[in-house]
Amino acid sequence: MNTQMKAHLLSTTDLNREAALQILDTAEELARVSDMPIKKMPTLRGRTVVNLFFEDSTRTRISFEAAAKRLSADVINFSGKGSSVSKGESLKDTALTLAAMGADAVVIRHSMSGAPHRLAHADWMDAHVINAGDGTHEHPTQALLDAFTLRQHLSDHITDRAEGSTGLDGLHVAIVGDVLPNVHLLNTLGAKVTVVAPPTLMPLHTDNWPCEGSYSLDEVLPNVDAVMMLRVQHERMDGGFFPSTREYSQRYGLTVQRAATMPDHAIVMHPGPMNRGLEIESRVADSPRSVIVDQVRNGVSVRMAVLYLLLGGSESALGDGVA
Amino acid sequence: MTAVPARPADSFREVLDASDISRALTRIAHEIVERNKGCENIVLLGIPSRGVPLARRIAAKLSEIDNSHVPVGSIDITMYRDDLRLKPARALAHTEVPPEGIDGRVVILVDDVLFSGRTIRAAMDAVSDLGRPQAIQLATLVDRGHRELPIRADYVGKNLPTAQSEAVHVKLTELDDQDSVVLGVDAQ
Repeated sequence: MNTQMKAHLLSTTDLNREAALQILDTAEELARVSDMPIKKMPTLRGRTVVNLFFEDSTRTRISFEAAAKRLSADVINFSGKGSSVSKGESLKDTALTLAAMGADAVVIRHSMSGAPHRLAHADWMDAHVINAGDGTHEHPTQALLDAFTLRQHLSDHITDRAEGSTGLDGLHVAIVGDVLPNVHLLNTLGAKVTVVAPPTLMPLHTDNWPCEGSYSLDEVLPNVDAVMMLRVQHERMDGGFFPSTREYSQRYGLTVQRAATMPDHAIVMHPGPMNRGLEIESRVADSPRSVIVDQVRNGVSVRMAVLYLLLGGSESALGDGVA
Repeated sequence: MTAVPARPADSFREVLDASDISRALTRIAHEIVERNKGCENIVLLGIPSRGVPLARRIAAKLSEIDNSHVPVGSIDITMYRDDLRLKPARALAHTEVPPEGIDGRVVILVDDVLFSGRTIRAAMDAVSDLGRPQAIQLATLVDRGHRELPIRADYVGKNLPTAQSEAVHVKLTELDDQDSVVLGVDAQ
């Protein structure tokens, strides 16, 4: 383990199976904190976590905020809008400011792919960087909470591996929509992934991706253990990617009829916020198959685990598993 | 404290064998019943890793003596340690609160070796985040001295005078190959 290098969580491609499972196992223990009468542990007392959000994402921010507070860290929310950033301050000057304030970890959300990487490796500050979404590139804690939710709900359908703790081996997961950052982690943990999207939204060069592609949701659904419905981005609607929201909904929306073709044990996931009636029908989102609320709860546990493993000790416990 | 040494057998000597351990736990169980006038209000919480099987064994003996069911759980203290920042972040162990809960009950913490007292300080903090017991008591298989905090055990299996440089290793069949307590000096 290189103790000179600050550990960061920038991309799921940096996580090997061992490191990913360590995060999930830690999150599983921490999930019990939410059942305790006092939902707080003294672990990160005196540490400062900065939520640096250049782009609105209220859900992700409050999830990180809840996670940091349950571990007794001090939380500073720094929003790009209405701050000096909107007055033209550079990422570098923002980083220097945060460093001077003694930030121990910076949770960054940015519309530009690579911004977290730049913040982590430019030598501007001495803090752990956690990527909370950089454009369409990566959103590692979302991928981890999805994996956590799959493991929690489908444990009876995961084939055991002899060594270590349980991954997602033997599961078949369909991802429906246009943003696919969790493919790598699901593959690392042993799940088979099928990406379902209209041809205009299907990423190019999926040959290199560890997944299969399909244009037909109806063909895929009867064979899955889980389906992840991703949010249709509003900006896509007038970008000519598909003719109309109605057509998208007809071909790729998860309706009650479509959900009925899934195996009995299969679960429905959505990272939120949902466009009810567009990519997912309201009755499906509220059905017993839906684990969408669990995903939110698990998000806090997974983020607590990441914060604890990065900040809790004298050096990151994630070690070689994380760049 | 609990890791099994790589057995330079001569440097370690056995201070308790399997029957000593069993007798010590039986005595602790009797003392618990005597002191608490029965055990209907008791919850045992083992501190991982070796406090947990010890708590289970004591609970089994209690139910033999008093013919009643004693709830057993475990309490991980990692997140409450005062030396967290001196070492890399550690993997967490299970915290398992019995369904009966701990509010208003007598919680007996069970650990294998009582040394500095810092683990017990952390455990008491962890317990108070779980609820408000009527009282907290402490049972330990071995008390080896060298306290750094004002903490003492209510039930001690064996008082073992040690040098600061020595190590005490407790082995239990649930986790190791045998029941035994050894004292010696760890190879650096």
